[in-house]
Amino acid sequence: MTTKPAAPAPREITTKPRLSDRIFRGTVTGVGMLSLAILTLIGLFLALRGFQTFKTEGFHFITGVKWESVTSDSGKVTNNFGVGAMLIGTVLIAAVALVVGVPLSVLTALFLTFYAPERIKKFMVSVVDLMAAFPSILYGLWGFFILMPMVQYWAGLLYEYLRWIPIFNAPQPFFERSPFVAGMVLAIMIIPIVTSVSREIFAQTPLDRIQAAYALGATKWGMIKAVVFPFGSSGVVGGAMLGLGRAFGETVAVFTVLNIVFKVNFHILYGFGGNVASMIILKWGEAVGDETKALLAAGFILFVLTLLVNMLANFIVKRTLKSGK
Amino acid sequence: MNSFDSSNGEEMSIDSAAQTNSLASVASAHTAARQPGNAPMGSGLEARGIHAWFGKHHALENVSLDFASGTVTALIGPSGCGKSTFIRTLNRMHEFIPSAAMAGEVLLDGKDIYSKGTDVTKIRLQIGMVFQKPNPFPSMTIGENVLSGLKLAQLKMSNKEDLMQECLERAGLWNEVKDRLGAHAGGLSGGQQQRLCIARALAVKPKVLLMDEPCSALDPGSTLRIEDTIGQLAQTMTIIIVTHNMQQAARVSDYTAFFLSEGGPGNMIEVGPTNEMFSRPRDQRTENYVSGRFG
Amino acid sequence: MTLETPVVVEPQRPWKATPRELAPTGYLLLASAFASWAVVAATPMKGKLAYAFLFFVFGTASLSINKGRKLGRSAAVDSIAGSVAMTGAFLVFLPVASILFTTIQKGVKGLHWTLFSQTMFTASYSDPISKGGLLHALVGTLYLILISVIVSVPMGILTALYLTEIKGPGSNFIQFIVQAMSGVPSVVAGLFIFASIIVTTPVKASAIAGAFALSILMIPTVTRTAQEVLLLVPMDLREAGQALGATQWKTVATIVVPAARNGLITATILGVARIAGETAPLLFTIGGSDKLNWNPFKDYQGALPFYVWKGLLLGTPESIQRAWTGILVLLILVLVLFILARTLGGRKMKSK
Repeated sequence: MTTKPAAPAPREITTKPRLSDRIFRGTVTGVGMLSLAILTLIGLFLALRGFQTFKTEGFHFITGVKWESVTSDSGKVTNNFGVGAMLIGTVLIAAVALVVGVPLSVLTALFLTFYAPERIKKFMVSVVDLMAAFPSILYGLWGFFILMPMVQYWAGLLYEYLRWIPIFNAPQPFFERSPFVAGMVLAIMIIPIVTSVSREIFAQTPLDRIQAAYALGATKWGMIKAVVFPFGSSGVVGGAMLGLGRAFGETVAVFTVLNIVFKVNFHILYGFGGNVASMIILKWGEAVGDETKALLAAGFILFVLTLLVNMLANFIVKRTLKSGK
Repeated sequence: MNSFDSSNGEEMSIDSAAQTNSLASVASAHTAARQPGNAPMGSGLEARGIHAWFGKHHALENVSLDFASGTVTALIGPSGCGKSTFIRTLNRMHEFIPSAAMAGEVLLDGKDIYSKGTDVTKIRLQIGMVFQKPNPFPSMTIGENVLSGLKLAQLKMSNKEDLMQECLERAGLWNEVKDRLGAHAGGLSGGQQQRLCIARALAVKPKVLLMDEPCSALDPGSTLRIEDTIGQLAQTMTIIIVTHNMQQAARVSDYTAFFLSEGGPGNMIEVGPTNEMFSRPRDQRTENYVSGRFG
Repeated sequence: MTLETPVVVEPQRPWKATPRELAPTGYLLLASAFASWAVVAATPMKGKLAYAFLFFVFGTASLSINKGRKLGRSAAVDSIAGSVAMTGAFLVFLPVASILFTTIQKGVKGLHWTLFSQTMFTASYSDPISKGGLLHALVGTLYLILISVIVSVPMGILTALYLTEIKGPGSNFIQFIVQAMSGVPSVVAGLFIFASIIVTTPVKASAIAGAFALSILMIPTVTRTAQEVLLLVPMDLREAGQALGATQWKTVATIVVPAARNGLITATILGVARIAGETAPLLFTIGGSDKLNWNPFKDYQGALPFYVWKGLLLGTPESIQRAWTGILVLLILVLVLFILARTLGGRKMKSK
């Protein structure tokens, strides 16, 4: 009987990093982790400060539509805080923004990727990037003085001809500072992010599939339908969700053009609405004590909402981009 | 009048071509511009004085080739000799590269496919193409892939099932996929995907099929099956195949054209019946290449 | 045979449309413009919207029919798709043009020199704009930018280095976190600094508190741009450094970062452009003073966006004029940063 020679154990290849490298790697890793720490701290602090509100208001904080702090003659303070109307308003305005902004962005991305001559493409890419760099208060100012009069006129047309659709109806033809106006301003504000994500995705469309479609006698549009959309549609959905995250969180521009009233309003053309982010700055100036805490709690809800939407969106976009490689 | 000197290149007679290969009805190849009117009827595809550029880079110089219907022509040569560029000028895929330019004429049944007012999508329906890498549409089923060309070109189809079966049979894939036409094309093997691409190209009934190194991404077994398919298809259509593999050229083609770039733009050095090209090439460079001395 | 000079063959692009082929498009668009004018004149449809809409419909339809007659149905559909895509891009261009135009048109009226030498301490927002100025806001904004850069740029670049150079198991996760962080609403950043720093630490509303809030928004921007440019530095440069026996730290410090220098500056500029006009976080963190305050660590601070905000909220014609002029100054700042980032970025591309 012979014993089998033992298989050689794999040798580990290790080089002990020098001190400078260990410091470098340690620093860089530590700073990298800081982003995580900041994000966690944001959630933690807002939740902590808003905790009392969550405790006293309970689930009613989400569903309730009233926002009042009444001091009775005896000095007793009765609070009633709920962001229900604001949440509904936020979603409504964001929906208007997506319905208008996403098609325009996708068309622009298609035009830039497949139609535009090189010079126009360069120019338009700059235009879209510049849009992203405009301060939101600029959008607010311009939206209020320039866009709103126009949008009121469009709202009038919609009201006149499409009133039979419930959301285009209104108790009275009063269209100033409506969710529709706010949605239009937001639509313009989300165009840069949705366009650039869509463009990135369209540009990743595998060339061999594009060629296959053309070689089969497809027109440009035929090719886009057969190849670009099946490949990119989920990524565009991700891009639209990134836009949705922006629309949820936009504050100053919406505040400027929206008449914030604590009441649920599903008539998008009618002149009042709600928005969590704008409500916070509306109430901040006069808030003391419990109301400040309630506003921080509202901030927490906004934070969680946008975080979830953004994470899902990034996940979808990343998956699509990977599938093209 | 042509910068490519052809005074010593003999014209092949129609008879010798017919002797070489019983499948080939008529074949002739030219390095000089040909007199109009000499072309045999239904001669398929004819390239005259083709040049190609990418920006300032002159990639292909003055190539004239004739592809008679019912023949298989192999284009061989080392990498970078312009043979792929050439094949892409034949169905106007060349123009998708933004800086691309060309000169010359490509005649399909006597009409220049580059002439003004030509509908380029109709040209590509008549001159199909199979690419190096199998590229079925992953979002479509096997059956949908076969019919995708008809859908893309918005052609009417009367007998979908029959057409699907016919194309898959001609591409040699029917038996393998007939039970799963509704499955997505991504699940097929590389060789099957390539045959699916051939079936897809056949569905729009092209007169000419261009194949750009169709087997270079496939294993030997799949390569043989595709070569079989090419042999079957050649009975009804004109096939032009770019290949790096000289054995493949020898196995499948009736005619072979040798491309070479000697520093400058790619040229076509020589064309002739395949067996002559491999047994007694006229040009020294061709001989060097086919005997494996370079490339 | 006579001697022939060799014919030089010129490159051609027979697929490009000649002016002659483009002419019908021009005629059809002219005809569409005329037809929309005629319809507006003859029917109750009125207004700019009607002109634009009718021109779009007539133009798209006539071009499509023209294509379809020559080349068939699929070409007609293709033509419609092209027109619609182009119109979409044009509709995106319009608001940008309008924003630039109105801001300049309305803002220029209020520009005067004392704007940059006076504050609002002695003037009221409803005073005529010739009284008072925005020096305090300008100083505040410069402080905010400066501190944000000091905080965010090292952090952003180091995070980017972690993502590109270490590539540890955590880097995918951190990448995800950075992306999530770039979606944090600006109002939340302000609330967070209020809840964490202003409430609990001795640091009260001031430029530094505002800059912390802005840094939360700036770090992801710097990180992502820096990461992109660091990835452009060829891998073999890094390997070359390490093959010469340099430590990773030395390689990064002497080869990778210098190679990406312009790009890193661009990342900084883009980060600044991102935060320069932010308003919402400042509402919770800087106090919005109308007085010149040279101390960034103490006391209320003003800022350009805050100046615009106050003018806008007050709503008198004079204060609105202040808002427009303030936003023009802010826009010029953003435009300068934008053009700077472009030219730097452009040079990087060319030298590659």
